[in-house]
Amino acid sequence: MREWRYLLAEQRGTLVAMAIFALMFTIYVANHPAGLTSNVVQTAANKGVLLAFVAMAQTLVVITAGIDLSVGMIMVLTNCLASALVVGTPLQAGLGVIAVLAAGTLCGALNGTIVIYGRLQPIVTTIATGAIYFGLALLIRPFPGGSVHEVLADAMTGKIGGVFPASIAALAAVVALVWVPFSRSLAGRAAFASGSAEQAAYMSGLPIRRGRFLAYALAGLCAGAGGLFLTFFTYTGEAAQVSGSAYTLFSIAAVVLGGVSLYGGRGSAIGAVFGALAFRTIGDMLFVFDFDALWQPLFQGLILMVAVSLGAFGLLRVRNRLDWFR
Amino acid sequence: MESHAPLFRMEGVSKSYGGTRALERADLTLRAGSIHALLGENGAGKSTLIKVMTGVVAPDEGVMTLAGRAVSFASPAAANEAEVVCVFQELSLIPELSVADNIVVSNPPTRFGMIDRKAQRLLAEEALARAGASDIHPRALVRDLPLSRRQMVEIAKALARKPRILILDEATSALTASDVDKVFRMLKGLRDEGLGLLYISHRMNEIKELADDCTVFRGGRKIASYPAGSKSDAEVVQMMIGREVSSVYPAKHRPEVAPAPTPAAAPRLELRGLSWADRLHDISFDLHAGEIVGLGGLDGQGQNELLLSLFGVLRGVEGQILVDGKPVALSGPARARETFPGIALIPEDRKTEGLMLPMSVRDNLSFAALDLLSHGGVVDAPEESAAVQRMIELLAIKTSSPDVAVGALSGGNQQKVVIAKWLLRGPRIILLNDPTRGIDIGTKQEIYRLLRRLADEGAAILFYSTDYAELIGCCDRVEVVYDGRIRRELVGEEITEHNLIAAALNIVPAAEGDARGGH
Repeated sequence: MREWRYLLAEQRGTLVAMAIFALMFTIYVANHPAGLTSNVVQTAANKGVLLAFVAMAQTLVVITAGIDLSVGMIMVLTNCLASALVVGTPLQAGLGVIAVLAAGTLCGALNGTIVIYGRLQPIVTTIATGAIYFGLALLIRPFPGGSVHEVLADAMTGKIGGVFPASIAALAAVVALVWVPFSRSLAGRAAFASGSAEQAAYMSGLPIRRGRFLAYALAGLCAGAGGLFLTFFTYTGEAAQVSGSAYTLFSIAAVVLGGVSLYGGRGSAIGAVFGALAFRTIGDMLFVFDFDALWQPLFQGLILMVAVSLGAFGLLRVRNRLDWFR
Repeated sequence: MESHAPLFRMEGVSKSYGGTRALERADLTLRAGSIHALLGENGAGKSTLIKVMTGVVAPDEGVMTLAGRAVSFASPAAANEAEVVCVFQELSLIPELSVADNIVVSNPPTRFGMIDRKAQRLLAEEALARAGASDIHPRALVRDLPLSRRQMVEIAKALARKPRILILDEATSALTASDVDKVFRMLKGLRDEGLGLLYISHRMNEIKELADDCTVFRGGRKIASYPAGSKSDAEVVQMMIGREVSSVYPAKHRPEVAPAPTPAAAPRLELRGLSWADRLHDISFDLHAGEIVGLGGLDGQGQNELLLSLFGVLRGVEGQILVDGKPVALSGPARARETFPGIALIPEDRKTEGLMLPMSVRDNLSFAALDLLSHGGVVDAPEESAAVQRMIELLAIKTSSPDVAVGALSGGNQQKVVIAKWLLRGPRIILLNDPTRGIDIGTKQEIYRLLRRLADEGAAILFYSTDYAELIGCCDRVEVVYDGRIRRELVGEEITEHNLIAAALNIVPAAEGDARGGH
């Protein structure tokens, strides 16, 4: 019994995000003219995974008590790179995928190096590096264009066995290969610990720098995966500043919806993934209820506000007013 | 292992912070299979010595040898590697991680490169059991645990590292009596296994029960090392204090300056049956103008909460607070501040609750009184400058200019700024939470004189201190707090080290004739 309670408490943020997503998606599907078909699920999945990848990237940095305002731009840059590299023979396209993911990782590693070894504020650092990444994207693709290996792209955005969306499978694979090992490694724990109480982590002899650096680098990798999928969906590369900035801001919203603490030290990328999917579903819901698309930002804002307020209820029980500020 | 072999030796170790000599050519020898007590006042150099031993700070000079080999630790990790482990006074736990995560934090068991959570769980359970804290669930988050439980986790964490040298820095200060028993049994067991234990505590009775050897520090220097039990309490206290207690402190209540409060006059501040959560229970006492009343007792018995409740920080406080005979309701520091006749709190942690470190001395000084210094919502700059200058002179704050960032001042001068910013309002009830912690003796003396002068000018002062000598030297009356209750009220001549300690430990007071023991 006690065991259960602790497990529940540990996973509360993730479970709440799952519940919010399940609720929204149910409402969406129930009101969709086509109902629950694999096509509806596939479309929703393909819309959702991009933000999910970026939200996972954001989570990695946020648990170290940092913030990464360059994730959207890393996605845009890797999108442009992929539109030039993931082409040709299957072997060339495969190497291109690796090169694109490596480029994303490199961007994250650069952020990490500056923040950790240069001791600069994450927020300022990533605004600057984000502008640099966008600038590079512009140099690669001054105009929208390029192409992508179509067989690969269609496979990654299609359905496995005609039922299950391949993009969700890819997302799950990244969670399993990046987030799960990271969160259970010593370096990952050091990243969590330094986000929670950096001095205590140092006093405990944890490899703080390695942990934080890895978090930033893997964030770049996840954002790179997002860029890759963007290319798979659009078949082109485009240095789109608006979409890069929007993804950055939405990733922060998704992370909060997913129960990740912006103060650091607490949260799971799995929660953030569901936060991202839930956030995307808001827009879809307005569609099935025949709202004008003009209403979308306003409703997205309202629903986000409500969801985030749920987390603030705990403050009503605080008996020491100083705890408000902790 | 030969029980007389020196396991660890430190010779001629010095360390300065800025201009302050924290440790001056210190020596220490720790035998295997012994418990070595380190004694000294706050600021005697004990904490610095431990920081040097555990690689937190690098010594300026001196050598350390471990089992005959010269060592120097570049980081806490390096010290852990050499099996030198410390249970820190300032907890080194990570609040957002679970108990089990914390216990194995720096060296978790791994399988295929990932942390093996089953093995981690077992290790944590074993360490908790060894520390005598099986009641703590390994999955619980540290931030949800009360202080006493956290301290047990901290001890379990140290044990899980399989130390050869275990340092306990005030590690029992927040423990309950039954925990202390368990911890003592465990420590004696470790001694019998051949470990070297270094034990730092202000509780003399604990040291008597545990220690084999003792070393006294004062002002960063080693004063003496001796086998436990070979010196009387009076001698030990004399070595720790090293000066006449009275010389540091200003004369107490001077009737010719401020007449002793007449019983007819309503007390400036009156507490009636104050309770809060499970931390404060039915606290009642009066505070008169012109009086300095001390709050005594072991750290963490509710003194901090009591001061916070008087400043309106706590919610759901039961009981009554009367100012000049009139009941007041306090809903926050802003309200408390306006309540006539002005109440001020010098908080526990000047760095987080008292100061905005990157901002200037001027800004910090005027923060609490900006409403008084402004007209129609605009701060009157000349008036502010004049007020700031007045305070810098009044408290002799050493700063090259009011525009210097307050974080650049020494600890003592920072503390003066915290006090001065409230004096700017001319408060008539002043609450102080351990205002002299971590500051040099010269500044301490200035603060004592200032407090007495403020009292003589009619302020009522409530003063919590962890330093017994300070309570004895400064206070007209001391309320000793134990487990959220006033355990005993000591007045005038009754305020002695012996009585303070006895009441703090909740020991039934000895015969009154014995009350002056300890000096």
